[in-house]
Amino acid sequence: MDDAALERMVPELNGILQWVEQLGEVDVSGIEPMAAVIPNTLRLRDDAVDADPLTGGGRRDDVLANAPAAEHGFFGVPKVIE
Amino acid sequence: MTDLTQFGVKDIRDGVRDGSFTAREVAESFNAAVADAAALNAFIVTTPHHALAAADKVDAARAASEPLGAMAGVPIGMKDLFATDGVQTTAASHILEGFIPRYESTVSQKLWDAGAGMLGKLNLDQFAMGSSNETSYFGNVASPWRKSGSNQPMSPGGSSGGSSSAVAARIAPAATGTDTGGSIRQPAAFTGICGIKPTYGRCSRWGIVAFASSLDQAGPMARSVEDCAIMLSAMAGFDPKDSTSLQMDVPDWEGALNADLRGKKVGIPREYRMEGTDQAILESWEQGKAWLRDAGAEIVDVSLPHTRYALPAYYIIAPAEASSNLARYDGVRYGLRDLPDGSGLQDMYAATRAAGFGDEVKRRILIGTYVLSAGFYDAYYTQAQKVRALVARDFERAFEQCDVILAPTTPTASFPLGSMNEDPLTMYLNDVFAVPASLAGLPAMSVPATINADGLPLGLQLVGRPFDEQGVLNAGLAIQQRAGFSAKPEKWW
Repeated sequence: MDDAALERMVPELNGILQWVEQLGEVDVSGIEPMAAVIPNTLRLRDDAVDADPLTGGGRRDDVLANAPAAEHGFFGVPKVIE
Repeated sequence: MTDLTQFGVKDIRDGVRDGSFTAREVAESFNAAVADAAALNAFIVTTPHHALAAADKVDAARAASEPLGAMAGVPIGMKDLFATDGVQTTAASHILEGFIPRYESTVSQKLWDAGAGMLGKLNLDQFAMGSSNETSYFGNVASPWRKSGSNQPMSPGGSSGGSSSAVAARIAPAATGTDTGGSIRQPAAFTGICGIKPTYGRCSRWGIVAFASSLDQAGPMARSVEDCAIMLSAMAGFDPKDSTSLQMDVPDWEGALNADLRGKKVGIPREYRMEGTDQAILESWEQGKAWLRDAGAEIVDVSLPHTRYALPAYYIIAPAEASSNLARYDGVRYGLRDLPDGSGLQDMYAATRAAGFGDEVKRRILIGTYVLSAGFYDAYYTQAQKVRALVARDFERAFEQCDVILAPTTPTASFPLGSMNEDPLTMYLNDVFAVPASLAGLPAMSVPATINADGLPLGLQLVGRPFDEQGVLNAGLAIQQRAGFSAKPEKWW
């Protein structure tokens, strides 16, 4: 973000943070933090290769189809070695 | 010939089945209505060919006496948050502009399998972050409604504002929506239509652009309770590709609809009487009680003591999850890449994200990253998760005394576009009545109740126990039958 954007956003972010501060007044002693709302156990998928073709392997072209710079079957990125 | 665009899901399904008209005629009528409504800016892209191809398949199946699906012949609008194979999916963002998925989201696939077709991809608030449809990279969506005697453009609500606008304007009989903190119910209320967010986990999230994964839930938006019931049955169901998908059968919600509420208790949460709520909304709430009493229900007073803390808790949890989910937009695998001359990988990330995200998205990523940072995690994020547990417990206790809860959907009617942009907080407050049910993962619906003195629609909200979409739909139907809401926006587009 440039300086002009920051100048605009800083008071907005401060306002939001000040507003959420009110949560501090809630008595939460003995309460467990809730991560999942509906009790549901995580399943294991079948131990099979490509159990679901949509999420299985062998789809390199599909995976790369939207890459801004796909090269030789890989995602292209700027050089990262100094 | 009858104007087919006046029909909803049920009428179209039945009419196609009994041969009153063909699916192709329906698709052609709605394609024309969509093409004629560019001024609403409800669609980001239109897909008339998709609608026609689906219709031809249905007509051919009928000619061959094959069984027809639950949505056979119904062309719908698809919120542009659902990945659609071969059709641009943007989440109304610049960073995903031009992204053409090579796969179909589970929910949209289910709808196509049920015989529905796609009119196009509907505009929304960017990454579903907003309550007015003013954060889209592709421009504001206008509501078809205007105040009586005024031509000021009004907000269709958000984030599913393209969906609400299209359905209210009768350029689509129904549309998909997603609800993270009110994004189905609030726009439905603003535009005089119905919308239901089912229990968290009913609809698969696979293929829906993620905002806040513990809250996001898809649902239908349509003009009647029956239409919502039909479409929700087509959208819901277990999906092994979504780890939070509910492994439960999908009930026949339409078949079990029953507006007789004798023996049912309707809870009125006293904490929802908040300052800043319009008088007309409070009056419609009173009217709603009378309608449900008339349907045979007993009205009881209930308490949801942590209601006022739900919204601030939401504005910690949702941005926290968003900041994590949106980390994937890095200019490497899909979407926009901004690579300034001679820059390295880090510069590319920064430039891409600076150019690709709008202000509201940046705001939430920054807040989310901050509340998750090591020094503040417990004070903000853990505390918010504990408050979330208390909000959910409030509902659990209330449902020991009642079967369904009746409340307003929003504190105000729709507002003019551009009138709420001074301070993001005032916009957030519009979801004050919608967010608690989202935090608790409960099924919740908005149904139109009446119009206010300005001629704008007002909605009433019903919240049910987990998995009790039926109870919500039944109470909604009781209101629909008594409200007799028949107001339509006058065509100006």
